[in-house]
Amino acid sequence: MTQSNTKFAGLASGKNLNLQQKRIRSAYVFLAPMIIMLVIVAAWPLFRSISFSFTDASANTIFNGQSEWVGFENYLERRVRANGEVRWRGVLADADWWNAVWNTVRFSIVSVTLETLLGLLVALVLNLEFKGRGLVRAAILIPWAIPTVVSARMWGWMLNDQFGIINHILLSVGLIDSPIAWTAQPDTAMLAVLIVDVWKTTPFMALLILAGLQMIPRDMYEAAKIDGINPIKVFFKVTLPLLKPAILVAVIFRALDALRIFDLIYLLTPQSGSTMTMSVLSYREIQQFGDYGEGSAMSTLLFLIITTFVLLYIKLGRLNLGGETR
Amino acid sequence: MKRSKLRTTAFYFCVALIVIIAVFPFYYAIMTSFETGTAIFRPNFLPESFSWDNYKAIFSRSGFIRSVLNSVLIAGVTVGAALLLAVTASYALARVRFKGRGLLLMTILGVSMFPQIAVLSGLYELVKLLGLYNTPWALVLSYTIFTLPFTVWVLTTFMRDLPMEIEEAAIVDGASPWIIITRVFMPLLWPALVTTGLLAFIGAWNEFLFALTFTISADQRTVPVAIALLSGASTQEIPWGPIMAASVVVTIPLIVLVLIFQRKIVAGLTAGGVKG
Repeated sequence: MTQSNTKFAGLASGKNLNLQQKRIRSAYVFLAPMIIMLVIVAAWPLFRSISFSFTDASANTIFNGQSEWVGFENYLERRVRANGEVRWRGVLADADWWNAVWNTVRFSIVSVTLETLLGLLVALVLNLEFKGRGLVRAAILIPWAIPTVVSARMWGWMLNDQFGIINHILLSVGLIDSPIAWTAQPDTAMLAVLIVDVWKTTPFMALLILAGLQMIPRDMYEAAKIDGINPIKVFFKVTLPLLKPAILVAVIFRALDALRIFDLIYLLTPQSGSTMTMSVLSYREIQQFGDYGEGSAMSTLLFLIITTFVLLYIKLGRLNLGGETR
Repeated sequence: MKRSKLRTTAFYFCVALIVIIAVFPFYYAIMTSFETGTAIFRPNFLPESFSWDNYKAIFSRSGFIRSVLNSVLIAGVTVGAALLLAVTASYALARVRFKGRGLLLMTILGVSMFPQIAVLSGLYELVKLLGLYNTPWALVLSYTIFTLPFTVWVLTTFMRDLPMEIEEAAIVDGASPWIIITRVFMPLLWPALVTTGLLAFIGAWNEFLFALTFTISADQRTVPVAIALLSGASTQEIPWGPIMAASVVVTIPLIVLVLIFQRKIVAGLTAGGVKG
């Protein structure tokens, strides 16, 4: 980009400055519709949602302007009862909220770790030349292309306690003695969600990591081969360090997605407290209970967490650009 | 020699395992969608019976075809609008140096990563105030929040890579930026537009949270919500056959598109991800 600019300076005619100004002016005109649109659909609703979190808005008062400003009460409020007993209220004092935070964090860490490891494995396989490679790549795109709602239903059927094929397989192999109610039992619900998410998202990870792998020059491997270095050593000393930037970016992308997960959990394990995430809890508060105040407080907290991650990503992204061959 | 043979076998076993795990669930859904009665409740790996009944049941529900049409319309309009706004915007972002460009790009990337739930109550209010609640326009408007930043971001990375010389020649000939975009860049951008549009289309087609929140009546639903809310005669009895049939119907077109545009999609995904 800087290169293009010096080239423009290099045009060096009398009209040059004028031309550059004209380009900048038309750039603003070109950007205006997009910016206006993003203000309407993103900035304004975000501002309103955050505002709701400081009011007692409910489904009834949201449109008639009768909701009142309550400060931080939705987040945390200290109440002293007549008998002197101190009670804390608000999202930050809510056990359900902390349960949802724990579930979200647990889900994100485990799913992203598994997806990265398996994605790396699949990417390494796809990076080799073998017969039918194109076919394999096509096959792994299928889970990615399937809508989340469909994969939730598909797996819900496969994990069905009475008629599900998963229980059937596990029973016939002898791994379990009696059918497991995967999505209903608190101790297996999270496992079920993780299985589906890993199945669906590993292809995405694999493709991103594969793109990184293909950027590594072939002669690096050739040189290592000639020197007779153990392939496993080559992987840890050459491949992995060069792959690190690609993996890092892919991990952050996935982590952001995992932190806001909604549809899979809402559909696969709707009743389970052991998989309730921040998005699902906030949705329930808003839609089912009509509590816009507390629901928005929850969504605002989630927004803050994710913003922190985005800032981290931007920082790492810059580092990555600087660390490349440029 | 023997050892390398063993290694090859192990490798192909690994490959086969990957393919089976990737493909089996959808294969199983297709198989279930053709089973009815008691056959559906017998776990099996190979097709044992065949009937179109589940598909007939799905298509005889008036709401389902309507939902498919809603989804096509909403995803189509959303993507069209996003591409229209994104082409000019990404030209400005990729080709013109102006103050605040870096910040604007970062903001756009930020918006594309924002949790949908964070804007839900504000968007709900907006949709109600504009009188769009329970109409396709509510979804077209709200889907812009993720399709627009995504298309702008990916098209910007594509446009950055176009050679400078073409544009310089056009400028020397006195072409305005508008002419440069429509006459010079558009023909070169077609592949990128198709890829970006397709990825945005998949995103809009699959969206669930906004569709669930901003529509209420069966005739305004999109396909994901229709599938999620498919229920049987009683709440206990889940109609697995019709659900699988509906799932296959909405997924097959996506899989066909993805397989046709395989290479381009991989390029588009990595442009949005790794290069970022």
